[in-house]
Amino acid sequence: MSEIDTRKRVDLDDEARIDLLRTMQRIRAFESRVQTLFADGELPGFVHLYIGEEAIAAGVCGALEESDYITSTHRGHGHCIAKGHEFDRMMAELYGKETGYCGGKGGSMHIASPKLGNLGANGIVGAGVPIGVGAALSSQLRGSGQVAASFFGDGATAQGAFHEAMNLSALWDLPFVGVVENNQYGEMSALEEQQAVTDLSERATSYGVPGIDVDGMDVEDVYAATTAAIEAARAGDGPSLLVCDTYRFEGHHEGDTEFYRDDDEINEWRRRDPLKTYPERLIEEGVLTNAEWNDIVDEIDAELEAAIEFARESDYPEPESAYENLYAEEV
Amino acid sequence: MAEAATGTESITVREAIRETLSEELGRDERVFVQGIDVASRGGTFGLLEGLGEEYPERVRNTPISEVAIVGSGLGAAMTGMRPVVEVMYSGFLGVPMDQILNQVAKLRYMTDGNVDIPLTIRTQNTSGFNAAAQHSQALHQLLMAIPGIKVVCVSTPADAKGLLRAAIRHDDPVIVFEHAGVYNREGEVPVGEYEHRIGEAGIEREGEDVTVVATQVQLWNALEAAERLAEEDVSVEVVSPRTLDPLDVETIAGSVRKTGRCVVVDETPLCGGSQSELATVITEEAFFDLDFPVQRLGVDDVPTPFSPPLEEEIYPDTDDIVTTVRQLA
Ligand SMILES: Cc1ncc(C[n+]2csc(CCOP(=O)(O)OP(=O)(O)O)c2C)c(N)n1
Repeated sequence: MSEIDTRKRVDLDDEARIDLLRTMQRIRAFESRVQTLFADGELPGFVHLYIGEEAIAAGVCGALEESDYITSTHRGHGHCIAKGHEFDRMMAELYGKETGYCGGKGGSMHIASPKLGNLGANGIVGAGVPIGVGAALSSQLRGSGQVAASFFGDGATAQGAFHEAMNLSALWDLPFVGVVENNQYGEMSALEEQQAVTDLSERATSYGVPGIDVDGMDVEDVYAATTAAIEAARAGDGPSLLVCDTYRFEGHHEGDTEFYRDDDEINEWRRRDPLKTYPERLIEEGVLTNAEWNDIVDEIDAELEAAIEFARESDYPEPESAYENLYAEEV
Repeated sequence: MAEAATGTESITVREAIRETLSEELGRDERVFVQGIDVASRGGTFGLLEGLGEEYPERVRNTPISEVAIVGSGLGAAMTGMRPVVEVMYSGFLGVPMDQILNQVAKLRYMTDGNVDIPLTIRTQNTSGFNAAAQHSQALHQLLMAIPGIKVVCVSTPADAKGLLRAAIRHDDPVIVFEHAGVYNREGEVPVGEYEHRIGEAGIEREGEDVTVVATQVQLWNALEAAERLAEEDVSVEVVSPRTLDPLDVETIAGSVRKTGRCVVVDETPLCGGSQSELATVITEEAFFDLDFPVQRLGVDDVPTPFSPPLEEEIYPDTDDIVTTVRQLA
């Protein structure tokens, strides 16, 4: 097993720190608008929001190179934004418009852009993990030096797909990073109702890989842990499992009554809201002024409103396009 | 069947499913229910709400582990229990498929009948919710292709009660395909304990000119089409197979022998779809009474796209049924 010094602080200059903050705010702003648009009946289908978990996507993707791969989940908007997807084409996909990343065929749960290294959000819990491992295998075979990171929830660790993929990636020393987003719940059931071993980083031991506990509400902690895991992966030392403790501030999906948790718990976690604590910290440390922060927020809002207009004004795909792009070779 | 029903009541499919499970849990201690959030939320769409409080020991939340949900149901079924396991969407059947294909469906046969497998798997097809390709699928045709597991499709509230009860009391594995698009449908249901026997089709509307064989959402579309066509003096008989495997050949072919024309409509993709099996059986059994080849309506071999106009494009609707029937009549 390779050793990973989890407490090793990486040097982040001011610009890099502001970038991490900006990415988190981009996700928060996007998700907050999606929430109201969904409530207003503008968006079809199911929507699972990432609000509260922004530090993970921002920290992990911030540490990845553009050419690296990710796989995502049903709660995937944040991963897409952090991996460089544009608001306008994402929003258009949520509206089911032809200008969306998937031409309207995917929707909220399935945004993918292989060109941006995103092998897909996924509606099947756990399914992305072996796919991520496969991308890591491909990198190893091609000698490309790329790394693959798979995001998945605590609930997904109960799937066989997770176990099989972790074992394979460890056996073959693949350049893979498993990122558990432990938001304490899978749907309406708490972690301890679903997992015999609730300390999820302990699972890593059984695959002989480093299991790293990460503060998923602290973007710099996520960034540092991911950087260490990626370095090991690129050096040929094999995969790691990052277990990021976090919380989803909203329901499992929009419309969830949240009968299974109480306000005290939610408020306790909200005190650790990365979009409260991190801007405060950067301002306090003189990295950013209040005014600059407000400008960032306004800039993002303006871009977002333009994206919504873009999505609204885009056309629906032609009905016949439902029959297009099933195969590479039509016969 | 057996029990004398005293009249009917009007309930929804959703209510019928909950009621039946509650009654069967109350009647037989060997029955238990397991699946994701079945006790806390009441399973998918909250269908079983409150059941977990009624039977805390026997309505069990599981981890997100479909292999274990189905596989442990099988093991329990082989050793004296009558489990009802839930797989939230039929698209998720891919995860526990080995348990279904090689274990549930084969163990009785491979032991030459030495073990009964009274296992019920509940799942649901979805269409019309813009839930995209993985969550929106009709997959009963895959299970029809596996000898050793019986396949039923719930379309009406009476089906929901009759078929679910029959499945639970049946000594063979039965997979019950519900459909998200019919949960809120209301209809008359006989009061008291009754079953729709496994292997029995139902005539949902009598007619003379054309037989439409349909399941689930398409059954309701077929009934609506029949209503519209009646105004044009075309009399449509609507048949619900209810059990897709084994098919009630007598009832289905019997209707076609009478009308001489048949349209089969289902949401499975046409290539290898349930429509093909039905059309073949009907053609074999009613060939000399058929005036036209049996017509098939279904999905033209693509997954379900997310965008509303795309999803509407690929599924048959009432207009499609009306048009097809008109061409035959
Ligand atoms: C194979 C499969 N089973 C069940 C579901 C239904 N489902 C969707 S999200 C979810 C909970 C996932 O929990 P977790 O992995 O912790 O991710 P989170 O939603 O908390 O981000 C479930 C059970 C599914 N999509 N796929």
